[in-house]
Amino acid sequence: MAAPLLQVSGLRKSFGSQEVLSGINLEVQRGQVFTILGPSGAGKSVFLKCLGGVIAQDAGEVHFDGRLLSASNPASVADFRHRCSFLFQSNALFDSLTALENVALPLEQTTDLSSREIREQAMEALRQLEIDTFASRSPSQMSGGMQKRLALARAIVTKPELVFFDEPTAGLDPLRRNAVFAMIARYQRQLAFTALVVTHDVPEALVTSDRVALLEGGQLRFNGTPAEFSASTLPVVTGFRDSVEALGNTLAALQTPEK
Amino acid sequence: MVGVIGRNTLDLVSRLGEFAMFVVASFRGAMGARRLPRRIVRAFYEQGALCLPVILIVGIFTGLVLGLQGYYVLSRFGSEGLLGALVSLSLVREMAPVLAALMIVGQAGSALAAELGIQRNSEQIVALETMGIDSHGYLVSPRLLAAIIVFPLQTALFVAIGLYGGSLSGSVLLGVDPGIYWSAVDRAVEMADVRECFIKAATFGVLTISICSYYGYNAHRCSTATGAQAVSASTTRAVVLSSIVVLAVDYAITSFLV
Repeated sequence: MAAPLLQVSGLRKSFGSQEVLSGINLEVQRGQVFTILGPSGAGKSVFLKCLGGVIAQDAGEVHFDGRLLSASNPASVADFRHRCSFLFQSNALFDSLTALENVALPLEQTTDLSSREIREQAMEALRQLEIDTFASRSPSQMSGGMQKRLALARAIVTKPELVFFDEPTAGLDPLRRNAVFAMIARYQRQLAFTALVVTHDVPEALVTSDRVALLEGGQLRFNGTPAEFSASTLPVVTGFRDSVEALGNTLAALQTPEK
Repeated sequence: MVGVIGRNTLDLVSRLGEFAMFVVASFRGAMGARRLPRRIVRAFYEQGALCLPVILIVGIFTGLVLGLQGYYVLSRFGSEGLLGALVSLSLVREMAPVLAALMIVGQAGSALAAELGIQRNSEQIVALETMGIDSHGYLVSPRLLAAIIVFPLQTALFVAIGLYGGSLSGSVLLGVDPGIYWSAVDRAVEMADVRECFIKAATFGVLTISICSYYGYNAHRCSTATGAQAVSASTTRAVVLSSIVVLAVDYAITSFLV
């Protein structure tokens, strides 16, 4: 088996006396869509932010492409940042910039490309996400789905090897949720990046992922393929699946008119 | 009681240290920032062009009031001829740098703190860091560098419009000979006064823009509120503290330079 692109061992994080992550071990292979499932408040976003270097972990090691990421080795962190992208729950787009300027921003600020090359590459990313006709619009003038695509265009414009997706479907309706997962799967294949997705949308994640893990109580309780997840009889997995199903049934019952 | 004083003192020292580190990081960020001139031009627009109306309005009224008050005081001693000296020295040494700084804080400083606070809340600052962009260099450095130039320029404009306001009330309304007014201005103001004026303006610029940036940038760490309320609280604190610092530092600089 090839060496993993991302390797996490013994990752711990606490906020005050509350331990959110208690020793997480994980390996993500190159080219995979790896999804971390879990209920709200399980620490999924915290885990992703620790991996992305947004939050400093208390203990544990993260290796990217075989190199240990450490504050005492800024070169490894800079290389990691250059080869990774982050898609935020809130999209984190700049309203003071147009769509094109938003996408061009990482190229402008981290490369020595000429203005013409930056514009061409940013337009290409917008074209790939089919929003090039909105290049001159502000993000606030775009729909939620288009903003998500714009955020993805910004995330892929630097041709990253690993993209972190933090709750990419949060706050979206079921149709848009499906569209976002389809978009991730489609562009992941087209652009061949590795995707690490954090979500609690089980059905969509099982369809689009190569591998899923279940995070609960600060620990990874399950790590396997979607088929293994569906077939698992582990109480923690069945409990999680049942709770998602029960929520769906409750919502369906609410929509059924009373006789 | 002693414990509370000790805790508060330690907290203050820790905050001052953090603030100093923030300012150093922001100046250092300018060295690695790419396409900085374009960001500086935008900061020039925010602190310069957008603040121009308030500088002109406050400047003209300050000059008008100084001319009026000065005339009635000086006329008691038969020294109306010194009106130009009084207006010009008051403006150049004290009023223009202080009032111009307060006006820019009210307009651009508050907007800056709020903008950074919102960018912090909506994860834009974190997004910059994950893209490998130094958020200090991108967001704060251009504003600080612009402040070093814009505050003295706005102060010079404030002096010019204030002197004109003084001549309006003194010469046009109260009958002081314009030639006497302007020659008194010319004789009274020395190079040292102009230097003091610009030193004050540049110092106020760096301090106030640093304070506003610091509070906006750290809005998520506000201890009394979260979310939109934290942005509001941080903006208020930034403006209030900047105003107090302008007055306190004005006294300190004056006592050193006079």
